[in-house]
Amino acid sequence: MIIDKVTVIGGYNKQEEKEPVEEVVIKRGEIVGVVGPTGSGKSSLIGDIEQLAQEDTFSKRRILVNDEKPSYDDRTNPRKKMVAQLSQNMNFLADMSVGDFLSLHAKCRGASSKCVDAVIKLANTLTGEPIKKDHELTILSGGQSRALMVADVAIISNSPIVLIDEIENAGIRKHDALKVLSGHGKIVMVVTHDPVLALMTDRRIVMKSGGMEKVVSTTDAEKSLSIKLSKIDDLLLSLRDKVRNGEVIEDIEMGGIGI
Amino acid sequence: MRMIIVAGTPGSGKTAVLIHALKSLKKRGLKSSVVKIDCLYTDDGKKFEKIGIPTKVGLSMDMCPDHFAIYNLEDMIEWADENDSECLVVETAGLCHRCAPYTVNSLGVCVIDATSGPNTPLKVGPFLSTADIAVITKGDMISQAEREIFRERVLEVNPNCKVIDANGLSGQGCMELAEEIYKSQEVSLEEEKLRHSAPLAVCTLCVGETKVNKKHHRGILRKIDGFQTYEGE
Repeated sequence: MIIDKVTVIGGYNKQEEKEPVEEVVIKRGEIVGVVGPTGSGKSSLIGDIEQLAQEDTFSKRRILVNDEKPSYDDRTNPRKKMVAQLSQNMNFLADMSVGDFLSLHAKCRGASSKCVDAVIKLANTLTGEPIKKDHELTILSGGQSRALMVADVAIISNSPIVLIDEIENAGIRKHDALKVLSGHGKIVMVVTHDPVLALMTDRRIVMKSGGMEKVVSTTDAEKSLSIKLSKIDDLLLSLRDKVRNGEVIEDIEMGGIGI
Repeated sequence: MRMIIVAGTPGSGKTAVLIHALKSLKKRGLKSSVVKIDCLYTDDGKKFEKIGIPTKVGLSMDMCPDHFAIYNLEDMIEWADENDSECLVVETAGLCHRCAPYTVNSLGVCVIDATSGPNTPLKVGPFLSTADIAVITKGDMISQAEREIFRERVLEVNPNCKVIDANGLSGQGCMELAEEIYKSQEVSLEEEKLRHSAPLAVCTLCVGETKVNKKHHRGILRKIDGFQTYEGE
């Protein structure tokens, strides 16, 4: 199924008032950010989209796909699922090995079990200590779990709509992860506190007390700032790697950033 | 009288899900009565009363709550009749997961908690495998992949059930459950049967023996190696 657009029809905020933004239309190929203070309802908004809510969540929002209400089967059958979600909930409760877990999930999504090795390989490009097929899920670190889920979402849950919740918290290479997740022609929504990621999007939905407060389009000035920010970010990441590897930081090179 | 029998593991969110569903049925004009069966203690009765639904609480004490629920069904229906209800909801606190309290023509609803791990659907037996509807709760607390695996496991155990993803806090999925309750058929207890036989429980422990030594036990005793004997006269 080709998804040309997703429409979020506004509901109510935490005070049960109508949310200021009545409708957001997101088109194919667009990356939209979701920003706002903690507790402002960012995760709930993408939760509504994951469930293709029909006034049946706290917010009473409605989600339309290609201007139509999705069927019950479209909303619930994983083989038909249009949405892949990378949530913040990464504490695996499944008492099984990485390999078994991935092949079970591949079966659910109707994908080939051959992709298990590809998922592990991709995950290992995003995280420090390598994940092995026979590792138990429950012993994986936070970063390893997150990297594994990024790879799982990218390969097994290959869906036209991708929702990403605070990827910067994972201690993994966020730019690489975002690149892996936001394939060509997908609709991508990124919940973030990170200005580097927020300015990489085309537009951002600003959340306040559970409601969509406004939608801000990324300006041209912001887009060029975004390049500078990425350089600063690269610098910080290289420092992070040095510290992680036990090196001593002597000096930092700010010249290339142009500040 | 429609009869809805709701079973599920303790703490899975049976009451929370039911409260949302019953509220929406009330708005549609369907009158319900609720019987909550628990073992030692429950204050869920108050929660149902709060939304204006006639509620009765039954504590089974040292008896299996599902058995207790089953031979009280007739009285419950009579009581719901007196309330002018069109729908009786029985919520039971099944403990050993070996029982399935559903009768053939009732609507059997199993509530199961997704955070209990993907092997749980394989462990719980007939209360899931003979249900009409499996309501999966707490899915918001795990990753999408785990949620999908859990759902697949539920369908492996019961391929014919309708799966509803529900959230007892937000009420998500509870309208779907309400719709199924609304559509369910009338039941008469005269010839009504259980879907699944209740478990074997005829031994000295059932009547209060507390000594553990083998020589004190009579009745149908099954050994860990699979052999079964009858001890006694």
